[in-house]
Amino acid sequence: MLPLEFYFDAAIKGLLTGSVYAMLAVGLSIIFGVMRVVNFAHGEMLVAGMFGAYLVFTWFGLDPILAIPIVAIVMFVFGVALQRGLIDRFIAAPEHQQFLLLIGIALILTNGLDMIFGPDARGVIVPYAFSSFEVGPFFVDNVRVYSAVTALALIALLYLFFNHSRTGKAIRACADNNLGAQVVGLNVSRLYAITFGIGAACAGAAGCLLIMVIDVTPHLGADFTLLAFTIVIIGGLGSMTGALLGGLLIGVSEAMAGILIQPSLKSSFSFGLLILVLLLRPNGLLGKRPS
Amino acid sequence: MTKDKPSTNDKKTGLSRRQFTGAAVAGAAALPALHPLRLARAQAPVRVGVLLPRSGFLSAIGSACWRGAELAPGILSDMGLAVEVVGADTESNPDTGRTQAERLIREGVDMLVGCFDSGTTAAVAQVAEQNGTPFVINIAADPAITEQGYQYVFRNFPKAPALVTSGLGSINNLFEVTGTTPQTTVFMHINDTFGTAMSRGIQALAPRVGVPYEFLDTISYDPQARDLSVEVARARALQPDFLMVVTRLNDAILLVRECVRQRFDTMGIISPGSPGMYEKQFADTLGPYAEYATTSVPWFNPTSPVTAELQSRFVADYPDQTFELNPGFTFEALMICADAASRASSTNADDLVAALQATDIAEHPMYGGPIVFDEEGQNPNIGTVVIQIQDGGPVVTAPTDIATAEPVFPVPSWADRG
Repeated sequence: MLPLEFYFDAAIKGLLTGSVYAMLAVGLSIIFGVMRVVNFAHGEMLVAGMFGAYLVFTWFGLDPILAIPIVAIVMFVFGVALQRGLIDRFIAAPEHQQFLLLIGIALILTNGLDMIFGPDARGVIVPYAFSSFEVGPFFVDNVRVYSAVTALALIALLYLFFNHSRTGKAIRACADNNLGAQVVGLNVSRLYAITFGIGAACAGAAGCLLIMVIDVTPHLGADFTLLAFTIVIIGGLGSMTGALLGGLLIGVSEAMAGILIQPSLKSSFSFGLLILVLLLRPNGLLGKRPS
Repeated sequence: MTKDKPSTNDKKTGLSRRQFTGAAVAGAAALPALHPLRLARAQAPVRVGVLLPRSGFLSAIGSACWRGAELAPGILSDMGLAVEVVGADTESNPDTGRTQAERLIREGVDMLVGCFDSGTTAAVAQVAEQNGTPFVINIAADPAITEQGYQYVFRNFPKAPALVTSGLGSINNLFEVTGTTPQTTVFMHINDTFGTAMSRGIQALAPRVGVPYEFLDTISYDPQARDLSVEVARARALQPDFLMVVTRLNDAILLVRECVRQRFDTMGIISPGSPGMYEKQFADTLGPYAEYATTSVPWFNPTSPVTAELQSRFVADYPDQTFELNPGFTFEALMICADAASRASSTNADDLVAALQATDIAEHPMYGGPIVFDEEGQNPNIGTVVIQIQDGGPVVTAPTDIATAEPVFPVPSWADRG
């Protein structure tokens, strides 16, 4: 029998990891919540963000956390261009056409990164990569703490943006009633482009945080897309708070599964949780019922 | 504590500069004389499809294997052997491996080589057998692959039980040599086909080999794991004397990183036979924390002239990479194919199989006896050595006849390395 504090330690580690997962999922949730487009290239955008942070670190020696504004802006511009150039033309198209388009974008991103960077894993070793905080019997590594705090701060900023800025409120208006937003004169197409840009920037920011935890290869994307979907569906599609809750839940449940059952069953535990939520609350824990 | 302090490129190969230069000159001089058919008239090259995980989570190791395949045609040509390499990416996925093998066969390759991981290799072995295409396995340890009565499948790599037996024996020997015998261990392993086969092997063979330590826990995890903090914390809570691991590359890096962060000091981290801890990226990424990671593994023979030639060309073509077992075994698999095709004087599958069955190659790069295949298509003569990371690269610490450094055990604490 493992000591009780060990379970507490695992729960803390799960919460910290879950915060970064939540940052990733928030971007996916925002895009779906506003545009009703499922971004199947979200994991690949995260990987692009990871490579962006890697490049900034390699060229300028800049800590990935400090690189977030640079990477997020680049990803925002990329997201806006992608939405304006391609996705906007498929907004009214049947869902399967949107799926195929975004899966195609995901494949292009993965193979493009593969051509540029090759298949080798690349990592960033920051000066505090191997350091940890010692709190009583626990060791919590600096990288996870800094990543989690940054992720939570960014999610709080997004919350403020969507609730207190004019653009944020306009985007929410589009999400709540698209026709009504057009009637009152909002430029929906422009707001969609900003929304997709914000979603891509979230993926880029999450990439900056994750590059400090795991090494990046071009083919990581699909796993993270799946992870983001799991989190968003558990939390409730389109709900930012739901994405945060889903991320934390997945982080903690994976950590607890690692000690209560078997670490190799961590992922299946997440999917078990997903099935349970779909059975009991099909709209997710904080998702709205369709009107 | 190294006997011979290595330098620059060759320090990572476990050879001193003098040994390396001498062996390379001898190898270059001796190479043309190594093959009995060196004077044979030029024949059409045998086309060999090389299936490797060059993308996906195994891509780093797949790329390392591919370097051996790229070097093979040139070196084998100097030996009077003609081979044409046709590459295919399995994407670290058995289903893709199966599809790629079918495609290569449709495109008319004469033989197949691959696939590094046991899951994909098992899938490709089925395809090879169904299509009657000879298949030489470069690296894959799951015993079941060659125990199904296949006629077209040949393996030049030890089975998991052989790896485990020699690995556990080498670990016992390490404890004897260093005069330190740990009492407890926690065994952490990946849960893919290879890792599971190794785990079963360890559970079955540890009592027979007579290990002096107790297994406190066995922790399996996904080789594509994003985070091993809980797994390491679970091992740490049990306070084992040393950590026994079966890893791939990325998870080996994650695992050691977590051990450092959680200040989980043990007498050492030892693998009874798995990839990961002897690879360049492991040492490059972890720096001082990679030091003294120990692996018992099939390895190249630093005293062989073929190794010297292969190594010198490897260093010339890939100055930033480390020559290790992955390119070595892939080269050797292609050498086996080219040798069989040369003796068969044909690319007919049955002739090639007959030639493969009669294989007997005395001079080859990897450590062990002559390459021969038993009735299962398994080479029983592959030796294993003990590798330890020292001064940023892998060095051989056992057996003593080819060792280039003394083993360090117990290892210094993490705090004493940073």
